[in-house]
Amino acid sequence: MAGAHAASTDPNALSWYEATARQRVVALADPGSVQEFLPPTERRMSPHLPLFDLPRAFDDGIVVGRAKLDGKTVLVAAQEGRFMGGAFGEIHGAKLVGLLRAALTLKPAAVLILFDTGGVRLQEANAGETAIAETMRAIVDVRAAGIPVIGLIGGRAGCYGGGGLIAGTCSRLAVSEGGRISVSGPEVIETNKGAEEFDSRDRALVWRTMGGKHRRLIGGADVFCADTVSAFRQAALDLIGRAPAFDLATLEAEQARLESRIERFGDCRDATDIWARLGVNDPEAVPAMATRAFDETVSRVREADHDAR
Amino acid sequence: MESLTFRHTTKKPLPGSVPNAITGVVASGNLEILLERVLPPDACEVAIETPIAGYGPVWEAVVADFVARAQPGGLRISINDGGARPDTVSLRLLQGARLMEA
Repeated sequence: MAGAHAASTDPNALSWYEATARQRVVALADPGSVQEFLPPTERRMSPHLPLFDLPRAFDDGIVVGRAKLDGKTVLVAAQEGRFMGGAFGEIHGAKLVGLLRAALTLKPAAVLILFDTGGVRLQEANAGETAIAETMRAIVDVRAAGIPVIGLIGGRAGCYGGGGLIAGTCSRLAVSEGGRISVSGPEVIETNKGAEEFDSRDRALVWRTMGGKHRRLIGGADVFCADTVSAFRQAALDLIGRAPAFDLATLEAEQARLESRIERFGDCRDATDIWARLGVNDPEAVPAMATRAFDETVSRVREADHDAR
Repeated sequence: MESLTFRHTTKKPLPGSVPNAITGVVASGNLEILLERVLPPDACEVAIETPIAGYGPVWEAVVADFVARAQPGGLRISINDGGARPDTVSLRLLQGARLMEA
């Protein structure tokens, strides 16, 4: 694939956060196994951005293709968070939806979505919103066919807006310290509700509220991993092996769990209050914990592991 | 958007046989460069799309310098610019040529 020769691809050394989408895919998969669909040489670019005098990307900010993971065939999509915040435009969304629909025919061991997105691209918002809805529908179909859909989140754009909704429909999620998962982003909340409600410049607050550790502790993500490509690869293999059934019982359990979550934590003013109520001994120490210490903390919290997310 | 195209004749083809490569990302102060080995071995074409108008002579100089240094015969090079400075453009072009030689 174009970019298969991209700079350093040693998965142990390569930071997920720092890597480009294409570097992540190449380093995540078995060496030499990536076959990109609609690569940059096809020049499938946004038809809308020129109207706004904005530059386009040859792949519209998403890499999609087929690869091997420990010898098993998987389909993989990776968003480029640095191009327009990894946002969903018409082509970008169509590539992801097409990949998911192809999974029904190709029957891969899993579909991996490497999220790195602020949500819908505002310059092509109608197409982007449609793409979000179509993606969620396609994921439901793929999961119903017995194929797990695994989300990997650790990029600089996080996973926001419609991307956060899509993540909620995945079978399993892995997240790193740098990753954030939410729907309305910090600046959106501040713009609408004021800095007293949410100060978007308070980075510690942002990470406590939306960051990988918080999502892992309340069970919103299923693995917390270090910021290396090899850690994400290990997480993906682990999660493919223990994807939940996609049936009415799972969905009803998810609904019950969400109801009990708002009941238990609805009056909390800060994520540290939630962690204390979950039984974490020293909630203030959580943000500074290294991966191993944090994993030990997680193992003592019952809420963190649950088939229903 | 401003479109610029520069055509050069090189003394020799770029070594190696990699058919295409891409480097960089379209982001503020950055650019993506797509290189394809599709032209006659003594030809090089560089096509640029940039949202920053009026810098044609700077692009022309940076591209001419790159062609003189790398002798990228056979390459069609397509650039989506995000407002990169000339030094960044120069480094990315050389990085792209190196990927094609691998």
